[in-house]
Amino acid sequence: MTPHGTATPVRDGRPTPEGSPAGAGADVPTTPPSAASTPVRATGPLATQTGPYFGDFGGRYVPEALIAALDELDAAYHEARDDPSFQAELARLHATYTGRPNPLTEVPRFAAHVSPGVRVFLKREDLNHTGSHKINNVLGQALLVKRMGKTRVIAETGAGQHGVATATAAALLDLECVVYMGEEDTQRQALNVARMQLLGATVVPVTTGSRTLKDAINEALRDWVASVDRTHYLLGTVTGPHPFPEMVRDFHSVIGEEARAQVLDITGGLPDAVLACVGGGSNAMGIFNAFLDEPGVRLFGFEAGGHGISSGLHAARFSGGSPGVLQGTRSYVLQDEDGQTRASHSVSAGLDYPSVGPEHAWLHEIGRVDYRPVTDAEAMQAFRLLCRTEGIIPAIESAHALAGALAVGPELLAAGRPDGGEPVLVINLSGRGDKDVATAAAWFDLIDDEERLHAGEGEQL
Amino acid sequence: MSTAVTGDAPAAPAPSVVPAAGATVRSRTGEHLDALRAGGPDRAGRAALVGYLPVGFPTVPGSVDAVRAMVDAGVDVVELGMPYSDPVMDGPLIQRAVEAALAGGTKVRDTLAAVEATADAGAPVLVMTYWNLVLRYGVDAFARDLAAAGGAGLITPDLVPDEAGEWLAASDAHGLDRVFLVAPSSSPQRLASTAAASRGFVYAASTMGVTGERASVGTGAEGLVAQTRAAGAARVCVGLGVSTGEQAAQVAAFADGVIVGSALVRALTDAATPAAGITALQGVVAGLAAGVRGAHRPAGGAA
Repeated sequence: MTPHGTATPVRDGRPTPEGSPAGAGADVPTTPPSAASTPVRATGPLATQTGPYFGDFGGRYVPEALIAALDELDAAYHEARDDPSFQAELARLHATYTGRPNPLTEVPRFAAHVSPGVRVFLKREDLNHTGSHKINNVLGQALLVKRMGKTRVIAETGAGQHGVATATAAALLDLECVVYMGEEDTQRQALNVARMQLLGATVVPVTTGSRTLKDAINEALRDWVASVDRTHYLLGTVTGPHPFPEMVRDFHSVIGEEARAQVLDITGGLPDAVLACVGGGSNAMGIFNAFLDEPGVRLFGFEAGGHGISSGLHAARFSGGSPGVLQGTRSYVLQDEDGQTRASHSVSAGLDYPSVGPEHAWLHEIGRVDYRPVTDAEAMQAFRLLCRTEGIIPAIESAHALAGALAVGPELLAAGRPDGGEPVLVINLSGRGDKDVATAAAWFDLIDDEERLHAGEGEQL
Repeated sequence: MSTAVTGDAPAAPAPSVVPAAGATVRSRTGEHLDALRAGGPDRAGRAALVGYLPVGFPTVPGSVDAVRAMVDAGVDVVELGMPYSDPVMDGPLIQRAVEAALAGGTKVRDTLAAVEATADAGAPVLVMTYWNLVLRYGVDAFARDLAAAGGAGLITPDLVPDEAGEWLAASDAHGLDRVFLVAPSSSPQRLASTAAASRGFVYAASTMGVTGERASVGTGAEGLVAQTRAAGAARVCVGLGVSTGEQAAQVAAFADGVIVGSALVRALTDAATPAAGITALQGVVAGLAAGVRGAHRPAGGAA
């Protein structure tokens, strides 16, 4: 028995060839059945894929102790999804608490740098309450926690965005909240630690392993195994065991639904390309989902290229990783020849993770989404460019998508539009950069080291 | 449960465990446990003592010495831990030992070498591994090389039978035991499917939690063992939180084996020198071995 579908031969853990053609048509002579890289072709709607498996990826690679809770969550989620009263309550919070719908902003001065002759729009998740897209998923899961009758939530956080969002929802809905955060990240993001504490959450610094996001997830999983009868693990992205990848995508799909309606309203048509940064991949899945089944819309995901792929210091799973299992799911993983997880690197804490959501792995393999790395330096240049051309300080995570636009703009212009009009790009501006002011100021030598040490207490506000 | 259709790879049905085709595959661990339980003319039947140590701590040769020493001191089945960067089922003590092993350069091939170096010590050797290491090596290739090294099978803490298709096939092909876990939260259906998929024994987690020493063994352990047997398991061993001879005796009264890890690792981590670690380890094992031998088992308790 193989859970990965009958036609898929065993993979041996080596990377599959890059750039294999997207879902080669059924009339194309097929490679022999033994070829390990045969992509799984999707003939149904991509947008409604459900777990546990996305092609070869996904599943539930967790201790048996958690299976009952995952089953319970799966059942509760699907029941809630189909319950109009649940959806109405979530919609009410989106409208009255988060501030949805947020606008789609055209940015012509930035677009001039992307390529003269293209139109660029930003989906403004940065304007949400708590400052990023993370709140969409957090409110959905927190409502689910109330439905399930649990009283405590735990979460992992890297940069602190998901931790702050979770602490916010826990305060709103009267839930006990514990956030696990790598010790190194608690030091890098001291202000967000204070935010979570102000909101009533307990922040636990994690001192094992690499002391970053990956280790915070391990610690949250260990807590969950021991406390699962009353605790929900409010996972912050589209990875982990089923049903998290599907559920978190669904809670973020409002991003793409709004963006699609807005861009249709403004331009009269669909965009030529939609771009997002990809860490775990939740903001990207959220905006991609509404466009997955539009073959005319090109989709781009930008991973953290760190110091460059050849340096080994990056978080580009699709350029420097290979299929594997990490933290509950089968996806692409940065790993060494033995299968030990390799440390990731990025100037952006939110993209600094050695694996990626399994649906992205599948979209990569079938060629529906084009994943490319963006270096730290490219992201920071784009960060500054948006600040100066449009008066918007983006999260450094989101700046990777902006840098990606600068890179692919000329390609899109050259490809043109069937109607001869100006190519339209929609970029998901997943978060705002308040949290990143100290990092950016140091990057651009705006403050000296002494000031940088204190920046977390003053500058970021 | 899927509404989506995937082209030439129909969505797998909701994973249900295929009953193990184990009838034709002998279980080395199972036979050893059965022999211990049956006893003999000069010794009473008893539960087994299963001892965990990670490869590479304090060094690879040092861990081989420690495994052989713990078998000499009374461990009946070896659980050899393959160090992994993200051990989510392990508490701080084992995490730190494993981190040290990795920092010291321990590789997957060292585990296979350690199996080979301990397989003749007198106890079946099961490798405890997180799944990605086996996936990366290649499931069938790992099974082949483990069998060639003299290993008895695998204990897989983050692989449930639902995801274990390749491993079920490879373990059958290479005659290996496959120990899956059950937990207090497992439904009766999952107890049955896990029991059916396991060969050797079923690992019952005494409590909801990760590895580590605890003041008392979970009160639900005895019930879980009974339910797992009722669900079809031939043998059930209990782990998590057992660290003293007294606890071992208590568990040995109702289980087929008592699994101890953190208390053994602590003997090594707390020692000033490797030699002192071995001495301390043998002392801890002696106490646990006395526990499993002193357990009061109900007459004819070989159910």
